[in-house]
Amino acid sequence: CEGDLDTIPLDKDQKTEVDIYQTTEDYKAGLAKIYAGLATTGQQGPAGQGDLGGIDEGISSYVRQLFYLQQFTTDETKVAWNDQTVQDLNKGIWTPAEVNVRGMYYRIAFEVALANEFIRVAKENTDAQIQEFVYEARFLRALAYWHALDMFGNFPFVTEEDAVGNFNPPMATRAELFQYVETELLDIENKIAKAGMNEYARADQGAVWMLLAKLYLNAEVYTGNARWADALKYSENIINAGYQLEDKYANLFLADNDNSNEIIFTVAFDGQRTQTWGGTTFIIHAAVGGDMDPSVFGIDGGWGGIRATAAFADKFDDISGDVDKRAMFVTDGQAKEIADLSKFTDGYAIAKYKNITSNGEGGSHLTFPDTDFPMFRLADAYLMYAEAVVRGGGGSATQALAYINELRERAYGDDSGNINAGELTLEFLLEERARELYWEAHRRTDLIRFGKFTDANYKWEWKGGNADGSGIEDYRKVFPIPSSDIGANPNLKQNPGY
Amino acid sequence: QKTITGKVYDDMGTLPGASVLVKGTANGTTTDIDGNFTLQVNDGDIIEVSYVGFATRELIVGQADFSRIVLSADTEVLDEVVVIGYGTTTKKDATGSVTSVKIDEDTKIVTASPEQMLSGKTPGVQITASGGAPGDGGRIRIRGGSSLSASNDPLIVIDGVPVDNDGINGMGNALSSINPNDIESFTVLKDASAAAIYGSRASNGVIIITTKSGKGDLKVNYNGSVSFHLPSEYVDVLSPEEFKQVMQTKHGDYTFLYEPKSTDSQYMKDYINYQGTDWQKEIFNPSVGHEHNVSLSGSIKQRLPFRVSLGYLDDNGILRTSQFERTTAAVSLRPNFFDNHLKVKLNVKGVYAENRFADTGSIGAAVGFDPTKPIMNGSKYGGYTTWVQQNGNPQTLPSANPIALLELTNDESTVKRSLGNAEFDYKFHFLPDLRANLNLGYDYSESEGQKYVPEYASWQYFAGGQDRNYEQRKRNTLLDFYLNYVKDIEDIDSRIDAMVGYSYQKFWRTENSLDESIVIPIGESNKRSIFDDFTTENVLLSYFGRLNYSLKDKYLLTFTLRRDGSSRFSEDNRWGLFPSAAFAWNIIDEGFLSSKEEKALSNLKLRLGYGVTGQQNINNGDYPYLAKYTIGQPTASYPLGGKYYLTYRPDGYDANIKWEETTTYNVGLDFGFLDERITGSIDAYLRETSDLLNVVPVPAGSNLTNQILTNVGTLENRGVEFSIATDIIQNDDFNWNSAFNITYNENEITKLTVNDDPNFVGVYTGGISGGTGNTIQIHAIGKPASSFYVYEQVYDKNERPIEGMYVDRNKDGKITEDDKYIYEAPDADIFMGWNNTLSYKNWDLSLSMRANLNNYVYNNVNSDRGNYESVRTKETYLNNATTDVLHTGFNHPQYFSDYYVENASFLKLDNITLGYRVNELWSPKSSMRLFASVKNVFTWTDYSGLDPEIAGGIDNNIYPRPLTVTFGVNVDF
Repeated sequence: CEGDLDTIPLDKDQKTEVDIYQTTEDYKAGLAKIYAGLATTGQQGPAGQGDLGGIDEGISSYVRQLFYLQQFTTDETKVAWNDQTVQDLNKGIWTPAEVNVRGMYYRIAFEVALANEFIRVAKENTDAQIQEFVYEARFLRALAYWHALDMFGNFPFVTEEDAVGNFNPPMATRAELFQYVETELLDIENKIAKAGMNEYARADQGAVWMLLAKLYLNAEVYTGNARWADALKYSENIINAGYQLEDKYANLFLADNDNSNEIIFTVAFDGQRTQTWGGTTFIIHAAVGGDMDPSVFGIDGGWGGIRATAAFADKFDDISGDVDKRAMFVTDGQAKEIADLSKFTDGYAIAKYKNITSNGEGGSHLTFPDTDFPMFRLADAYLMYAEAVVRGGGGSATQALAYINELRERAYGDDSGNINAGELTLEFLLEERARELYWEAHRRTDLIRFGKFTDANYKWEWKGGNADGSGIEDYRKVFPIPSSDIGANPNLKQNPGY
Repeated sequence: QKTITGKVYDDMGTLPGASVLVKGTANGTTTDIDGNFTLQVNDGDIIEVSYVGFATRELIVGQADFSRIVLSADTEVLDEVVVIGYGTTTKKDATGSVTSVKIDEDTKIVTASPEQMLSGKTPGVQITASGGAPGDGGRIRIRGGSSLSASNDPLIVIDGVPVDNDGINGMGNALSSINPNDIESFTVLKDASAAAIYGSRASNGVIIITTKSGKGDLKVNYNGSVSFHLPSEYVDVLSPEEFKQVMQTKHGDYTFLYEPKSTDSQYMKDYINYQGTDWQKEIFNPSVGHEHNVSLSGSIKQRLPFRVSLGYLDDNGILRTSQFERTTAAVSLRPNFFDNHLKVKLNVKGVYAENRFADTGSIGAAVGFDPTKPIMNGSKYGGYTTWVQQNGNPQTLPSANPIALLELTNDESTVKRSLGNAEFDYKFHFLPDLRANLNLGYDYSESEGQKYVPEYASWQYFAGGQDRNYEQRKRNTLLDFYLNYVKDIEDIDSRIDAMVGYSYQKFWRTENSLDESIVIPIGESNKRSIFDDFTTENVLLSYFGRLNYSLKDKYLLTFTLRRDGSSRFSEDNRWGLFPSAAFAWNIIDEGFLSSKEEKALSNLKLRLGYGVTGQQNINNGDYPYLAKYTIGQPTASYPLGGKYYLTYRPDGYDANIKWEETTTYNVGLDFGFLDERITGSIDAYLRETSDLLNVVPVPAGSNLTNQILTNVGTLENRGVEFSIATDIIQNDDFNWNSAFNITYNENEITKLTVNDDPNFVGVYTGGISGGTGNTIQIHAIGKPASSFYVYEQVYDKNERPIEGMYVDRNKDGKITEDDKYIYEAPDADIFMGWNNTLSYKNWDLSLSMRANLNNYVYNNVNSDRGNYESVRTKETYLNNATTDVLHTGFNHPQYFSDYYVENASFLKLDNITLGYRVNELWSPKSSMRLFASVKNVFTWTDYSGLDPEIAGGIDNNIYPRPLTVTFGVNVDF
């Protein structure tokens, strides 16, 4: 009778380690979870059986957390909600207990753990297709570690060599992580599918190059050693890989942006099948409030959360969108200045992401958009190329200017917005990156690279916690290690200043 | 000398075998089979009438009426049999902290939920009603919670069958599937020496429910009642006038509110002349319930005691559309065979319940809905006033119309449950000291339900309506076997009572649901259809034993040991050993008291107990130790190359997870004075939970999630309990019995993490309404579980809170998360109950009161609604605010202000019952009692919200408990 105690799960949705991986398709479903780790938040969709605990499931979404940390802390975006400590991000006064800092940190660690688990199981299998899955898993792990080193500096380090269980991972320094990510990417660079040759939403060489380019572009921040030439090299690889700028800028952020040839790596969402309260569900709903008509955005209602700062509106000479079509402000019923952080109608709203196709049709669901999140796209490679040139990484200044003007021509519809060689400065590039890439979760990294993130001379409203804006402490260029992990893992050391 | 004749009754009818004695003489007799007696007496003699288990009565010849002598069950009698785990004991022989509550037919409250009958009756036991819905039960806590994330509910054993606490789908409260009228007694095993025989399930105490059985003459009982529930309290919200004023002063205008949104001219007219809606008054209404119970009991040919009962209850809640209808049947047979060597107990109970659940979201919606709007405006959403978008679609953020939520939601379930057991107790013919006991039990339930919301309901508009059907089946089977050997060893004036046993129990459950849209949702191509099914099981296997040794009836020793195996843990951690030891000393029998003292003091017993119990119900499924993959649902799939994959997620787990262990130390003193006219006890206890299961952050990267449930902490409950009961007045005509109990309990988390990091503030808990993901409580070391974690509010000189101004506790010039502090906790330090029963001739009156001291409540209704922003968060709809906003003047929500954490100490007058008994209606043994009672009579408190008694301490639109007036009748014949 004591044998009766050996029960096994009776539920068909639960399997043990032993019997889960049988076929190649099973491995692909395991790989799909690592990809889904960027998009969904649990196994139920939109919420339920969440991956993480101690945080609202919808908020815990990878893309949503990335947006919180990369956008709310900058001159592009402020959030109106009072959810837990989110206002601390607006003001630049976050602490090691800040919930979204914690959420991002654990989401990254979860992504790494998922990848490790998959690699551990799958690498033994010699099937060529399954080996491809392993390269992609390694890319996704490198991506997560890049976010870790970018946002947190040092980070607990685990690979597939570490078994799941009760142990304290050592802390890798930012430089060590940099080296690891670089080594991993260089190793898989020529093994993974060629650029543009993989299935939709799967990583390929283009994604690897893009990540390498971004890693090198910020190398000086990460390691103290600038790698402009390497940044240039990989930007160039991408530019020459056959990606094409989307004709209409607006189409990049619509429900059928999966058709775009500009997007190099995407996080896919689907109204019916990839549902989450994070991701683009968050970005689109949160951007709608006040008197705005949700149906224009292809959704059932707005959440009244995120809008632009006046500082961001000022980056456009003309905010109507008639001149520079990237200016997608909603000004009706919205004040330009954010006098009250909690008031959505303070600050211009942004109509960039929509759950509407380029033909004007609605997405497949009114709550959950079909709109994918463009994590890497070609325009960024153009801008990186230009920046690497300007910073002395070699390359061609003429070519750099041509790339920038290509972006400007798309924005203006003609060459009226083109700049000349003398105007291609670092200051211009920082502004242009905002105009081109705003609300795509790059801004914090960019501001830090340009030395503007904490600088008291580069101000936006509510920076430092006051309406006029002020400098913030230099140590805030990295986020703190959450106090919960400091408590759990004695190998960790808090980042200085916190 | 003369001859008197008389008749003795108990509450069930006539009482055969009662002793009738002229006091101080040997002159006496016993009552015959019909309870009659005849005795030669003199005028002035005092006649003592007694029977085991009943209070002895004294009557004076010449003054008293002997035709109907009623003996009432005396719960304080020392020889009283007390049901304990796998056996019985007597109060005198009990070594542990055991409280038995016999249900007194005259003073019991009319309720659909058995646990409410325990409320305020015993020290250390707290029942917090979960709300006012019909059939709602309560949260039971015995001596504080010993867990954080595992279950804190006691183990409930019904006629020897432990039942699970997980509830039944489609039943608001699983215990309310037991008819309280079939319950004879509750025994509460509080300390470990009493409870440890239930091993890994006894950490939070054990409640043993014994149901009624028959004996003696054929008796028929009918009791019935009609109850009127009256909504008594409403949340204070702005009146339409105040609301308009707030709109004008705070938001500039309110004119757009009066723009008729409908083209229907009749509605337009109503709209313009409209005075306002008191939404709360619209959703609540007085309701009526009635209940009928019939039982037939007795003994067929003195050989087959039986009891059969039928019960019917129909109760409507004060929240419109909530309803509970229950039919119960119970059969109990107690045949004896082989000259009483084999005693058989058969119990079968069945219930058929039909529920209709009102959408309780309407309660919060009614607090918040714009008071200047009419209920109906002819909208296309069923005609109900609805906030719409410019294109006429409903808005998704504002709450739906409260009346629509009630009227358009049809959420019904039917539940069938049967539980029963067959107990065979065989006294060996060759060795009568040895008993073998086999108990076979089952608990089976089947439930199904449907929730239907039409597609035109505004909140289901985009989803295409909802048609959700669900089913659940649960099966719990039990086999217990034990041998019991009792031997008096007269040579050494000792008695040995030894028991060894084996138990096997299996819990299995399966459920499925199909959630479909009614029409194709807008923008989609197919109807939504989500099917989900789930099956799980767990097995418990145990060996246990108990040894009682008593020396000279004065020194009592008890040892118990249980070895439990649970399928929920890995092979390495599967087995646990739960020992206990107790010592009791009947000091009163020592003989060193003088005769005078002995006269005053009728009982004095010291009890010392120690024991270890466990908690294996860890709220983490049945396979928490296994490395598992969870396959994703279709709605959480991911496209790779256009094909959507159901993703395989490896789940985080703790391979070493095991049960919690609670070690309890108990010191108790039982006392009785004046021939047990005053009785009571005092107990002090310390309960230490180790291997406390807590959801803690795991080192990032080491596991497949960020926090897991693991055995990491320690927690302590320390307390003192005191109870006293006395017959203040006791004579033929007038009796007043009063019982009071008080408990002091403090709860402290003593360890919480693997590494004692001084900077670790704690585990956030206690989600609130308002914002997303906000929590207000924390489990922190050195503090009670679920303490409030808040900012310290700064007040102006008029004692009004200043918005956004908090004390900068760490003095860094900024108000950040680091400035929060731990302020009070939800559980009361002190709670007490006071029960009074008075009777005068045929009248009886009972009164019960309860009080809690220093229970704190976070007023989430005010923190969410008491600000001007919530009135007009968006430009497109309005909400009402609570009147608290007029005091605070807050523009924005200040969720984390300690202003909202209020001391909710209270004194409640729970129940008053007045009864009148009519004897000998149409035959000598027929009687009738008429009664009227008022429940939830009055609450004295400073708490500003609806009700200060909130399980968990977060007040967020509870279903208010109504004032209930009941008229009933109880007929015996």
